[in-house]
Amino acid sequence: MTQLKKRMVQLEVLRYDPEKDSEPHFQKYEVECNEEWVVLDALNAVKESLDPTLAYRWSCHMAVCGSCGMMINGEPKLSCHAFLRNYDGVIRVEPLANFPIERDLVTVADDFIDKLKRVKPYLIPKEKKTIAEGEYKQTPAQLMKYRQFSMCINCMLCYAACPEYALQPKFLGPAAITLAHRYNQDSRDGGRDERQEVIATNEGVWECSFVGACSEVCPKAVDPAGALQQVKVASTLDWFKEHLLPGGSK
Amino acid sequence: MAKSNKPIFWSLFAAGGTLAAFLAPVLVLLFLMVAMGHTPSLLSYANLHAFAANWLGKLFLLGVITLFLWHAAHRLRVTLHDFGLRQDPVVAVVVYLVAAAGTGLSVLYLLRI
Amino acid sequence: MSRKPFVRPVSKTGWWLKHPRYMRYMSREVTCVFIGAFALLMLCTVERLSKGQAAYDSFIAALQGPLSIFGMLLVLIFALHNATSWFNVTPKALPVQIGEEFLAGKYIIGAHYAVWIVASLVVLFFAGVL
Repeated sequence: MTQLKKRMVQLEVLRYDPEKDSEPHFQKYEVECNEEWVVLDALNAVKESLDPTLAYRWSCHMAVCGSCGMMINGEPKLSCHAFLRNYDGVIRVEPLANFPIERDLVTVADDFIDKLKRVKPYLIPKEKKTIAEGEYKQTPAQLMKYRQFSMCINCMLCYAACPEYALQPKFLGPAAITLAHRYNQDSRDGGRDERQEVIATNEGVWECSFVGACSEVCPKAVDPAGALQQVKVASTLDWFKEHLLPGGSK
Repeated sequence: MAKSNKPIFWSLFAAGGTLAAFLAPVLVLLFLMVAMGHTPSLLSYANLHAFAANWLGKLFLLGVITLFLWHAAHRLRVTLHDFGLRQDPVVAVVVYLVAAAGTGLSVLYLLRI
Repeated sequence: MSRKPFVRPVSKTGWWLKHPRYMRYMSREVTCVFIGAFALLMLCTVERLSKGQAAYDSFIAALQGPLSIFGMLLVLIFALHNATSWFNVTPKALPVQIGEEFLAGKYIIGAHYAVWIVASLVVLFFAGVL
């Protein structure tokens, strides 16, 4: 059997125990890793052999569940998607930025979940059909209009990267607004007006200044920045219709 | 939360930004030539006056000046916010007043030509 | 077990210094200062123009010199930065769907650069430079 190449990896992990600590502090670990491992594997090795108290979220280990988001050398990344071969020296691991720390690398995601719910992320059918009437049909071209935006795995890396969310926690944020846009663009959906009440607000899309960091860190190439600019264009056209046309938007 | 009124300012920002993207570099180049002592012939008094005396010329100058001003105003509002000046309502009033004043003065001066 | 979530403070003024991507964003945003300043310069030009030949000519004379050259170059650099960053993001804000495909960004960006070159040449022609 071929010898698996090993490597000693040094991690500097931000720890926080709400029952003991007044504030977070870094703790260093040195652990033997396989060369082809990801940061998540290194954390698992730490937990298994050095420190069972280290707390962090993870699940699929293949960048589809969105659980293992953390700051790795200051960059929001999925720890299962951060290859050790791309890092030199001590790797600094911190919980995802812009979220309160629950414990160690676990953040409080409640704000994100609330915001997802607020945009009504479900089909509000244009014309309701009974099951007997059959499926809602859609052409491939209609699907392509929103497909990219449906790829979001809710990993929150975009919120960690967004400086406007950091400065204004009330900002709805990239993923939530992109999700609203995903449904607004769906030919089966008729709920755009309801969602506009939520996203066409100062704390909705208008807090966005197109920094674009969200799209740069997105592991699924959803391009939330693009989605938000498209929402701005659509909301602006709405505004002109409502304010300039006689009879408003209807 | 009520729907925002930012769209009107954002559309001016977008229109001005697009115009600035296409025209600002070459217009600045003309003034750079002035600075270097090689004033382009359009910027001589006779030619520029003739240009501005024409209604199309007036519209061009008005469009460029005002859209650049409203673009800069809105972007400056957001940028000051990013730099830590968080009293957005106050900043907004100030920057848009300056843009509005510039717009008014442009009309005034152009009508005098 | 008791919960005591810890909120990490964020600098409201210095956050953009923490990462090159934020510094790039700020460099794009501050182009507005130079575009705005140039707009005011054009406004002054129009005002001087409305006051007659003497006023206008001394204004043009005042615009000459090394300080002016430096200033105009600075404005030019930021105007170019605005142009390139603007063209590069247009495909994201205004995607063009043709059937099941989206027009590749490079065509939209390329078209913008083409229009930019043509517009610049037209202006230079009317300005008597070309």
